[in-house]
Amino acid sequence: MTRVVEPPPITSATLPANLSPAGRSTLRRRAFGLAAAVAALLAAVVLSVLIGSKQLAPDEIWHALTAYSGTEADQIIVDLRLPRTLVGIVTGIGLGVSGAVIQALTRNPLGDPGILGVNAGAGLFVALGVSLFGVAVPAQYLWFAFVGALVVTVLVYLVGSAGTGTADPVRLTLAGVAIAAVLTGITTAMTLLNDTLFKALRGWDAGSFVERGLDVVLPATPFVLAGLVIALFCARSLNAMGLGDDLASSLGTHIVRTRVLSVVAITLLAGGATAIAGPVAFVGLMVPHIARWIVGPDQRWILPYSAVLAPTVLLVSDIIGRVILWPSEVPVGVVTAFVGAPVLIFLVRRAKASTL
Amino acid sequence: MTTSTLETPTRVDFGARTVVLRVGPFSQRFPLRTLLVSLALLVSTLAVSVAALCLGDLPLSVPEVVSALLGQQSGIVETVVVEWRAPRVLAAAVFGAALGVSGAVFQSMTRNPLASPDIIGLSAGSYAGGLFVIIVLGGGPLLIAAGALVGGLAAAALVYVLAYRKGVQGFRLIIVGIAISAMLSSVSTYLVLRAKLEEALTATIWGAGSLNPVGWSQFLPSLVVIVVTFAILSALVVPMRQLELGDDAASSLGSRVEGARLGLVLCGVALTAVVTAAAGPIAFVALAAPQIARRLTRSAGVTLIPSALLGALALSASDIIAQHALPVTMPVGLVTVVIGGGYLVWLLIHETRRRP
Repeated sequence: MTRVVEPPPITSATLPANLSPAGRSTLRRRAFGLAAAVAALLAAVVLSVLIGSKQLAPDEIWHALTAYSGTEADQIIVDLRLPRTLVGIVTGIGLGVSGAVIQALTRNPLGDPGILGVNAGAGLFVALGVSLFGVAVPAQYLWFAFVGALVVTVLVYLVGSAGTGTADPVRLTLAGVAIAAVLTGITTAMTLLNDTLFKALRGWDAGSFVERGLDVVLPATPFVLAGLVIALFCARSLNAMGLGDDLASSLGTHIVRTRVLSVVAITLLAGGATAIAGPVAFVGLMVPHIARWIVGPDQRWILPYSAVLAPTVLLVSDIIGRVILWPSEVPVGVVTAFVGAPVLIFLVRRAKASTL
Repeated sequence: MTTSTLETPTRVDFGARTVVLRVGPFSQRFPLRTLLVSLALLVSTLAVSVAALCLGDLPLSVPEVVSALLGQQSGIVETVVVEWRAPRVLAAAVFGAALGVSGAVFQSMTRNPLASPDIIGLSAGSYAGGLFVIIVLGGGPLLIAAGALVGGLAAAALVYVLAYRKGVQGFRLIIVGIAISAMLSSVSTYLVLRAKLEEALTATIWGAGSLNPVGWSQFLPSLVVIVVTFAILSALVVPMRQLELGDDAASSLGSRVEGARLGLVLCGVALTAVVTAAAGPIAFVALAAPQIARRLTRSAGVTLIPSALLGALALSASDIIAQHALPVTMPVGLVTVVIGGGYLVWLLIHETRRRP
């Protein structure tokens, strides 16, 4: 600490060595919190395998996992609950991290792929794919969802920041709601014209993990993970951009590159998640806020926390959806709306609603 | 011309030219432009309505339609015009007027061009209420109407209470409305999901907002409610204008602020709910009509009569598009959502340009 001349460049690798004791304890606390979050995620995974409409004894589950022999219990566990849990994890990562990136990029505490219309865009393009190109299986929804998510992300951002160049939270939210309304209207019109499409999209529309097998998840997973990597790569630049574009560029951040990469990350994450599970709202909104309450405004921590907390929230919501009206099921999108909408209301009721 | 210039060398600008109407002890001052715009809107609405009466599977000429309306035709022409097309055409005009007025009331009260029943959750509440009656209780038209009314009122009350924090601020009202809308739509999605396919299709059509099922028996009760509400509103116009000046100014001018506001909210909710009950949530007419009317009349604030006429024209024209523009009859709500949502996007861009 005595080297006053030429302080070493602060990178994530050198940072811990230079930290004061207080900084170290913060670091330890954050790392410990992340470990606790991972533990919570593991617990949620176990519960997601254990709990369902059909009650199974633990030894049956153990049997299914270790010695699969095709009994009913084995099939439920291996063919239904495990893929479903994987769906929850991948979708959660996609939604949570894309929400965090949107909030950081737009400096908008109300950012969420659902509220900002990204899901509606993916939905419209999936509908177009089904009706124009005869796409029949959800696995093929993927590419259409990506294109839709990309188009709408850019569109909402342009409309929300039109004129001034900065995206005001309320205007961005309204732009998202308006564009989502238009796109959903067009999608609904198409479903009414086409019975097959209506049937195909009715379940997908609600945001559900039911009947999403490995054939849907596995093709989407690499894209979501790629999005996660890009997002983590952008974390430092996003931190700098939180100070404002001018300050960020004087700190050496490449503004345009960060924006483009962030939009790519949002597209991969939100588009992938929507392709798998349909529009699930509010996870992307609330999880980054929970992460921010724990770690403060540092994207390098918010993003990993979101990547772990969002799947946990989603799996717990899915479990709640399975048991709350047992034996029938509530789609996870409905549960997250009920958990997430109060969070949104709470956020705007705070005194400083529009600051991060 | 020359003589007048000589007599009044400097022309004094007294503001917008006005016309004063006097009936007995009452007098009312109208800006000339507002009067002319209103007349033009009225004539256009009539023209569109007559066109709507002519168009259809059985194309009719204008004289045929007029004579059928006067009771000089019999047989199929009379049935088609009087029994089938007339209630729908009247409903389009009257419902459009009701939505326009409802939007004008909310926008005047919140002094915010974006506060319309669609955005602040009323429509979603009415829809969820009606849907609950259709799918869970299996009730008839009257019960559905009651469900829609209760749902709309409950949603309005909830949004108002949750947005209240030392007064209701426009921004908070809108975001809370979006949150509550999202929750209610997820309830609606779930209700549609658990319904049988035919029920679900009916609910989706109703949910998109359609004048298809509107006959005399549905239209007349709605008409009564709308007329009564308009009558009550006409008594509240003076306090409404005063409230636009702010609560303090209004109460010093002799208005009972809280009472007037409650009355205005109830009228606004009643108008939206009654339309939703009969035709489903027809989006964005309430949002766009007062603002377009304001721009046409170049008035300072939103005005009720031009808003009503513009709403009537908008919905009548949208219904013609919905019925005849595409090979299949569309719910009119889809037309208004696409046009109105596009308008909202334009409004967002435009508002920004104006105050950079």
